[in-house]
Amino acid sequence: MVSIFERKPKAPKTAAEIVKAARAEDKITAPELIKGLFKDFFELHGDRLGEDDPAIIGGIGLVGDQPVTVIAIDKGKTPEERIAKHFGGPTPNGYRKALRLMKQAEKFKRPIITLINTAGAYPGRSAEEGGQGQAIAQNLLEMSAIKVPIIAIIFGEGGSGGALALAAGDKVYMLENSMYTVLSPEGFASILWKDSSRADEAAEVMQVTPQSLLKHGIIEGIIEEPSSHRKVIKNVSRVIENELALLTSLTSRELIERRHARFRKF
Amino acid sequence: MQLFDELKTLGHKHVKANKEAQQKVPTGLWISCPKCHKSFYHKDLGIYQACPSCQYGFRISARERLAWLVDDFKEMDATLQTKDPLDFPGYQAKLAKAQASTKLNDSVLTGIAKIGKKEFALGIMDPKFIMGSLGTITGEKITRLFEEATRKNLAVVLFTASGGARMQEGIFSLMQMAKVSQAVKNHSNAGLFYLTVLTDPTTGGVTASFAMQGDIILAEPRALVGFAGKRVIEQTIHQRVPEDLQDAETVLKEGFIDAIVPRAKQKETIAWLLATNQKKGGHQ
Repeated sequence: MVSIFERKPKAPKTAAEIVKAARAEDKITAPELIKGLFKDFFELHGDRLGEDDPAIIGGIGLVGDQPVTVIAIDKGKTPEERIAKHFGGPTPNGYRKALRLMKQAEKFKRPIITLINTAGAYPGRSAEEGGQGQAIAQNLLEMSAIKVPIIAIIFGEGGSGGALALAAGDKVYMLENSMYTVLSPEGFASILWKDSSRADEAAEVMQVTPQSLLKHGIIEGIIEEPSSHRKVIKNVSRVIENELALLTSLTSRELIERRHARFRKF
Repeated sequence: MQLFDELKTLGHKHVKANKEAQQKVPTGLWISCPKCHKSFYHKDLGIYQACPSCQYGFRISARERLAWLVDDFKEMDATLQTKDPLDFPGYQAKLAKAQASTKLNDSVLTGIAKIGKKEFALGIMDPKFIMGSLGTITGEKITRLFEEATRKNLAVVLFTASGGARMQEGIFSLMQMAKVSQAVKNHSNAGLFYLTVLTDPTTGGVTASFAMQGDIILAEPRALVGFAGKRVIEQTIHQRVPEDLQDAETVLKEGFIDAIVPRAKQKETIAWLLATNQKKGGHQ
């Protein structure tokens, strides 16, 4: 377990404060992270089945001299972008595009870095008709046997199956102000207490904060998140470099055995 | 129970359960089918507890299904108990109630079954156990079922029924999706056959993992099969969706289900599929 803190954090945030910070307008974005973390990033489009979900940004970039495959969920900035990206809710075709890029990474022995910020997979009618459940199910199935390292960074919201479909890998790190949940606190409160206004209380009970998740062994570490995005990138970069050095030294068999052990314990 | 953010989509409305479908097997003399709305005399439900008009299978417990499905069954892992990882208020009492009414330790019944002489690993989820939700013990029992099947070179047949994740177990419920998927993959890599039968309702995290990972995917007539809840979809697109959006028949047309098989045909269909999908191929 690693906690990348240089300073002592101030009074720890409550779960409700973390939820708010994870969704904040000034949260670092996927394009910023990609630009800062990976040299010569080249974007690759499409699922090869007829669509290209703009909520998933995928491509190849360099970490030092090491080529990596990058898959990120982007919520978008402008209103037009946000609508096209379903506010960061990937469609089934988005998950299929991600899987295509993961299989490609495996073929060329490139580690995979996923950057996650989603309230959940897009829950629209077209997503149902396109097999949202099947698409996520296939990612989980295939990711369990991908022969290259998969490092996931949850940098905002890690919403449910829609996040897990990119996080079922070898290591999961979270930014200080991010959450990882089975369902939004609002939905949780609505289902269990029939009152979505009790979301703050739900966030506490659900234990959505990086600290709680680290304690439970759901994630490997927490990355300090200062207000300067440049510093955030530096911190994430260090984690990725360290983990790449570690994971690329393993044989694919060791890698998959460890990945299985990681999830088998839950 | 759903697996997505409802903040933007749901407002302050609660996602209401389908009370009509929750009637399961009603007790009156005349029964109205929640799907085709036709009325019929209660004895016409028959042992399969299916609508005589549209073949919709009423929600039944795992043990009721087991009674007509197989010729022999040895139950596994009947005593595992959840550790209640979030120490969730009121959860233990809810579990105790579900355990008493279903005679199960959690929302799935697992074991080694036989139809005729053919042995296979069988799992049946129980929609009456906290809506068949996916808890840590549900995930553990299904994982162990696949591990045992892989060790013994057996096919797995799994009947799914689930409202989705087990809210009371939070993120640990989500982790079951990845855990079971790994066990499915290992079983598949060993060349073994996995058959899923989707029953009413199969939704959320179960649809988004092992329900949709079968080599062959069957469903019961008119079973609800989907990812997101209907009201959430309507809140997302600001339009009403057709009644049959998540009917198994619709999902079959979209290409995600192989065939729809009514209960009366399931035993022989499963036997035939087990015989035609053997590790080394061909009939016995």
